[in-house]
Amino acid sequence: MTLDAKIPSGPIELAWDKARFDMKLVNPANKRKHSLIVVGSGLAGGAAAASLGELGYNVKCFCFQDSPRRAHSIAAQGGINAAKNYPNDGESIYRLFYDTVKGGDFRAREANVYRLAQISVHIIDQCVAQGVPFAREYGGTLTNRSFGGAQVSRTFYARGQTGQQLLLGAYQALERQVRAGTVTMIPRTEMLDLIVIDGQARGIVARNLVTGELSVHIADAVILATGGYGNVYYLSTNAKGSNVTASWRAYKRGALFANPCFTQIHPTCIPVSGDYQSKLTLMSESLRNDGRIWVPKMKGDQRSPDQIPEDERDYYLERRYPSFGNLVPRDVASRNAKAVCDEGRGVGKSGLGVYLDFFDAIARVGEKTIRERYGNLFDMYQRITDEDPYKVPMRIYPAIHYTMGGLWVDYQLQSTIPGLFVLGEANFSDHGANRLGASALMQGLSDGYFVIPYTVGNYLATNKFKKVDASHSEVQSVVAAVQQTTDKLLSIRGKRTVDSFHRELGKIVWDYCGMARTAQGLETAIGKIRALREEFWQNVTVPGSGDDLNQSLEKAGRVADFFELAELMCIDARERNESCGGHFREEYQTPDGEAQRDDERYSYVAAWGYRGPGNTPELTKEPLEFNYVHPSQRSYK
Amino acid sequence: MKLTLKIWRQKTHKDKGAFVSYTVDHVDPEMSMLECLDVLNETLTERGEEPVAFEHDCREGICGSCGFMINGVAHGPERATTVCQLTMRHFNDGQELVLEPWRAKAFPAIKDLVVDRRSFDRIIESGGYISVSTGQAPDGNTILVGKETADQAMDAAACIGCGACVAACPNAAAALFTGAKIAHLSILPQGKPERDRRALHMVAQMNAELFGNCTNIGECTGVCPKEIPLEVIATMNRDYLRASWKKREDLEATIPPATEWSANRT
Repeated sequence: MTLDAKIPSGPIELAWDKARFDMKLVNPANKRKHSLIVVGSGLAGGAAAASLGELGYNVKCFCFQDSPRRAHSIAAQGGINAAKNYPNDGESIYRLFYDTVKGGDFRAREANVYRLAQISVHIIDQCVAQGVPFAREYGGTLTNRSFGGAQVSRTFYARGQTGQQLLLGAYQALERQVRAGTVTMIPRTEMLDLIVIDGQARGIVARNLVTGELSVHIADAVILATGGYGNVYYLSTNAKGSNVTASWRAYKRGALFANPCFTQIHPTCIPVSGDYQSKLTLMSESLRNDGRIWVPKMKGDQRSPDQIPEDERDYYLERRYPSFGNLVPRDVASRNAKAVCDEGRGVGKSGLGVYLDFFDAIARVGEKTIRERYGNLFDMYQRITDEDPYKVPMRIYPAIHYTMGGLWVDYQLQSTIPGLFVLGEANFSDHGANRLGASALMQGLSDGYFVIPYTVGNYLATNKFKKVDASHSEVQSVVAAVQQTTDKLLSIRGKRTVDSFHRELGKIVWDYCGMARTAQGLETAIGKIRALREEFWQNVTVPGSGDDLNQSLEKAGRVADFFELAELMCIDARERNESCGGHFREEYQTPDGEAQRDDERYSYVAAWGYRGPGNTPELTKEPLEFNYVHPSQRSYK
Repeated sequence: MKLTLKIWRQKTHKDKGAFVSYTVDHVDPEMSMLECLDVLNETLTERGEEPVAFEHDCREGICGSCGFMINGVAHGPERATTVCQLTMRHFNDGQELVLEPWRAKAFPAIKDLVVDRRSFDRIIESGGYISVSTGQAPDGNTILVGKETADQAMDAAACIGCGACVAACPNAAAALFTGAKIAHLSILPQGKPERDRRALHMVAQMNAELFGNCTNIGECTGVCPKEIPLEVIATMNRDYLRASWKKREDLEATIPPATEWSANRT
């Protein structure tokens, strides 16, 4: 198989204009005759469903939560990037593009990233018009701040709740279309399989989570905006319901899965406090703008932080990276935190933590200003830890936060299955091996508001759609397969809970395919994952029945898919004999411990194809070309 | 520490519910209320019993999924805290906690602690937005919004739609929720053109749902995890009154409340 990314020819600045002009359009009167399915209602899905509804398409939007407003985009805190250059500090579309390609450690597709940077400016405008209450200056203009890994102030924000406000903007736009009758919103309903007929994605099979009823939905195209797969680690900053099931079922129906091992560990999360821990809480990385990260110089130093004098503290990021200091990209900050903790200099009961200290910032700008900037984050920290971060330094530790890998898509955001489009975190395309802060919101909204409305139209205008209904034999066989899996999970009645399997799986993936990886460790992990998966299918217990709300059953289906994904992540990580971004192979590092890429051999996207149960997946490579930003070793010193 | 959890169990909305008491040993003070329920659920599952169904997702206090009454108080005893962020250190060894779902006619029961809050979505659907389609927006800085105004709008916009305000209200009114959205949008210049229509439509929808009327008791703001101020209700009333003085003949009918769950509806 060869992969055609369909990147427009000619200069990168004009690529998106050219692509849009080359697209076929759907006559306005014909739009309502086309039905579209959008799975997921976060920034990408909500924005897509709303925008497609506005164009007049007949849209059905699905989410597993009780309301589209719950999607996990809501939890994003820090902000959204845009190349507006309002602060007059040297920002430009090209710089945002450059920073994103470099920050992604040269494993992203240039053309997609350039388009993202171009569109970024329109996103802010759209959101402002919707009534998103971005932070403002006294004069009424929009405020910006600098954010993890950037030397310009290009981040727009709404207190520490930017994701919430942007999502509510998209949600309100979506509800407006529900009112207009162009979008049917179907909440508490989970996509469990994809229907592919004659090589085209033509619909989904979904399960109503309240009644257990399976339903078939046929459409001319299916758009997945189902988020990332960080919950494969069990402990992550993702919402408890975030899962890979929709993407995974698409993978098993023929869509390629790209770079699954590219996962992001966020440096600033509240450390784990006990075995019961169900998830990890992120503290926005905007805190690194004012907080200073340090650990004691001495191993096993048990003194309380205020008892450790200045010259016995190691501000290790400022020491190692004088030009970026505490603002180095996430992968670098995380790896360094792990390194100092591995040396035995970690803080807190578990020794897995570093200090994030606001003492100097409070002395400089005053507690009031700090409260204005981060008040809700400080309150959240205090609620969880019972410590006052205005007085005692925060303790933080890295945690899984985002997954750069996802379903492979071309420049049109179409997967390898015609008619299946993938948006937002669920696709792989824009962040390479590491995502910069405040870029996830940007990508989700870019894909949803400004890319898919064009590209899906081109697909609809250039393809024919045979009439299909639920009685089609292929539809029937997909429904039967879904029913069989559900029945199977309910019938095992073993001894172990779904969560106990998920925890154990998460520990394996974290230990061997987390912040640092080795070929041997990955081999071990694959063996362990397979053995545990086998036990799962023989010994899991799912109480209750399939015809009412059954949260254990929902979890069981998702964990079953995580098992298969976990193995693919390890296979991908083992195959990539280099370190890049969030993928750090211990065998491949520079003498001073930085990630060492191998552009000669690994400058490609690894796209994996499913070949049936028990078979090794097939690897197809999409070579990456860098015509604008020339690969160099990232240096933040 | 050891706690007794007296929890409302109800299999479906058709079944009759009842309280069942469970003892949870080894409750760690650092745990959240939901983690405490996780621990109980693991035990129940291992015994082959159905775990307690409760709604949750982000567990960071922002998605608005979680929420139930703890000893008669929505989201429990801590101010400005959802149950996912409520740590067990606020309770004492040996204490009994009574957990029950939001109780309101407009929030029909689904199972155990889970209720149907689609009435909130319908209120937003009826007019809780600014009508601007993708692509129509002018440059962000052409609309100037003073810092105080932006802050005030943000205070109202912080609502997470959890439903605690309704659950705490003796009338089961949705005035704080509806008022928060009306205030957020009508304070901002972008929201002014639709101010009247929005208030009329949203209030009409709120009245069409099975919520009660607001009698200015203030329990809602007291339990609100985002501390939405009571003033938003005054804003709603003012906007509604203002709009009602102007004749309107193009108002749309309210949305009929749906109570069934089926993905096969079109």
